[in-house]
Amino acid sequence: MNFWTDPIQVTADWLMGLFTGWGMAEGLASILTQLLGIVILITIMLVIDILLVWIERKVVARFQDRLGPNRVGPFGLIQPFADIIKLFIKENITPVGVDKVVYNLAPILSVFSVLILWAIIPLAPVIIGVDLNVGLLYLVAAGAIGTLSIIMAGWSSNNKFALLGAFRQVAAMVSYEIPMVVALLIPTVLAGSMGMLGISQAQQGMWYVILSPLGALIFLISAVAELGRAPFDLSEGESEVVAGFHIEYSGMKFGWFYAGELLHAFTFGGFWGILFFGGYHFFGLENLGPLVAAAIVLFKALLGYWVIMWIKYTLMRIRIDHMLAFNWKFLVPLSLVVLMVTALLNTLLRDASAWVIGLSMFLSNVVIAWVTIEILRGRSRAEREMVEGSMQPATESANH
Amino acid sequence: MAIPLSWYLILSAALFSIGLFGVLARRNAIAILLGVELMLNAVNINLVAFWRYLDPTQMTGQVFAIIVFAVAAAEVAVGLALVISVYRNRKTVVADELDMMKW
Amino acid sequence: MTILFLITAVVILASAMMVVTSRNLVHAALWLVASLFGVAMLYAQLNAGFLAVVQVVVYIGAIAILFIFAVMLTRREMRDTGPGLNKNWGVSALVSLLTFGGLTYLLSNWSGFSQTSADLPSGFDAVAELGSALISPDAFVLPFEVASVLLVAALVGAVYIAYNPRSGDNPRSGDNRE
Repeated sequence: MNFWTDPIQVTADWLMGLFTGWGMAEGLASILTQLLGIVILITIMLVIDILLVWIERKVVARFQDRLGPNRVGPFGLIQPFADIIKLFIKENITPVGVDKVVYNLAPILSVFSVLILWAIIPLAPVIIGVDLNVGLLYLVAAGAIGTLSIIMAGWSSNNKFALLGAFRQVAAMVSYEIPMVVALLIPTVLAGSMGMLGISQAQQGMWYVILSPLGALIFLISAVAELGRAPFDLSEGESEVVAGFHIEYSGMKFGWFYAGELLHAFTFGGFWGILFFGGYHFFGLENLGPLVAAAIVLFKALLGYWVIMWIKYTLMRIRIDHMLAFNWKFLVPLSLVVLMVTALLNTLLRDASAWVIGLSMFLSNVVIAWVTIEILRGRSRAEREMVEGSMQPATESANH
Repeated sequence: MAIPLSWYLILSAALFSIGLFGVLARRNAIAILLGVELMLNAVNINLVAFWRYLDPTQMTGQVFAIIVFAVAAAEVAVGLALVISVYRNRKTVVADELDMMKW
Repeated sequence: MTILFLITAVVILASAMMVVTSRNLVHAALWLVASLFGVAMLYAQLNAGFLAVVQVVVYIGAIAILFIFAVMLTRREMRDTGPGLNKNWGVSALVSLLTFGGLTYLLSNWSGFSQTSADLPSGFDAVAELGSALISPDAFVLPFEVASVLLVAALVGAVYIAYNPRSGDNPRSGDNRE
């Protein structure tokens, strides 16, 4: 067991030896080592966050057919540092009448709910914070804490627009948790485990995106809605409710919300990669070492983050009633049908070969998608005829 | 030192009593429902502590706790819907002022 | 482990005291969130990991947010409104103290009151056991299904009770408006 095969354990042992060599008690040394591990993980995540600001600005610029920041440092790489320094030295305006404790706690809770997710992400078979056997529910629980932070921010700002934006955002987040949980049950059923490590290891043969592309799609849509990013960013639309729940936040508190949102998007990109795209598996490349596996996971997370950014900068914003109708009338029934079909096929084909399982599940997803599109086509055809039928008299009278 | 069962039982009894105080002594109907939530949580702590200490291989305690979760969620949903409906009609949620059925 | 239990107990009881004595209802709801989070930590210490996560998802993620919404929808003005406790709070405090004393006395007479916990058998997967207990026909599938029927009934009942036919979110009124 050297550093390259098991970096976390080797580092932990070395630190324990160092601390007990200094004369510390065993329990205290182990607590200190774990604390140090948590601090290092959070620091790495926040440094990645700074990089994400640069990635976001460059990618949005390329989507909008321009260059993006390219003056501050090579390729504009120092731009996010300039952004962070600007946010730090801005004046922290606290409006009159805000509830000070809740107002200051909200951005902290918002970033807290994202950072605790990195405890369960398996970067490699041996690099994982804690292997919870209820990891997927932990993901939903962290989303619940994020929802709480938004409503705290909206209420404590003493501002009607903030409250309205927070209500809308929380209504959307709570609604889209349901298709997300159902879509999360699909890898659970396929892998037989709710733990992230179990799901990653079970994808050694075939990635779950092949077994259930609809599940991956539903998870992506619900994740984008949970994140509060476009096209579901009704609470933040500058043309709608100014800036939603973070109107009254300036300076670094707003910086926390912004950075938290980017890191949240990156984390969900990571989860999309782990749950559906094989995690650290990449055709055997992960056997070279845990650091290579961690690089594979981070690369997949960046790909997922790129897809989420692609969706954001391409689609228009959706109105709140359309958003909720889309969830309750379309996503929830569709996700339940996909889950039931997946569970049924998984039980029926338990002893079949991998090719039979993969092909039949993929075909079942195709069939469900085709039936759904046919139903939607029928409905939209009926609605078009109804609208055009009611427009007939107007066109006739215009011709006379 | 291992924690004896009595600590968990005393903790849940204390939480139950605090919830009881909230139900009996608060004016606002929503605050009364908050007290009921505390009492339900005390019951759950008791159930899970008994599950862990008496026989962890039998899942009865945890199943019972999950049923209590479901019942608490249902009760909060209906209770708050009632409170909101009453507020719309009477413009008040103070429990003392909702006395139309008194003789 | 003892220190962890004491910290959790202090968090739970202090937050519960703040819940029942806060004048500002939104603060009371947020103190409830803190208390429920403490209870989740307690479940984790009792090796009921699934229950700890479900507690956060169901109680904090749904019920506490429902409370905050209800508080915000039933305020006549944005500031605090009067005393939080009614005029019988002294008797209530006495009753709750007597309840606590009575419960503790009754439980202390039980023989198993001070037992310590046995270790879990190795390889014991509580989540898998819970799953099979919930759906196995000679275990608890019937209460499980009845609980889901209860939730559907509560869902329909809550929507119907809180339904406001005069507001614009009545689907029929939208189509007939020419």
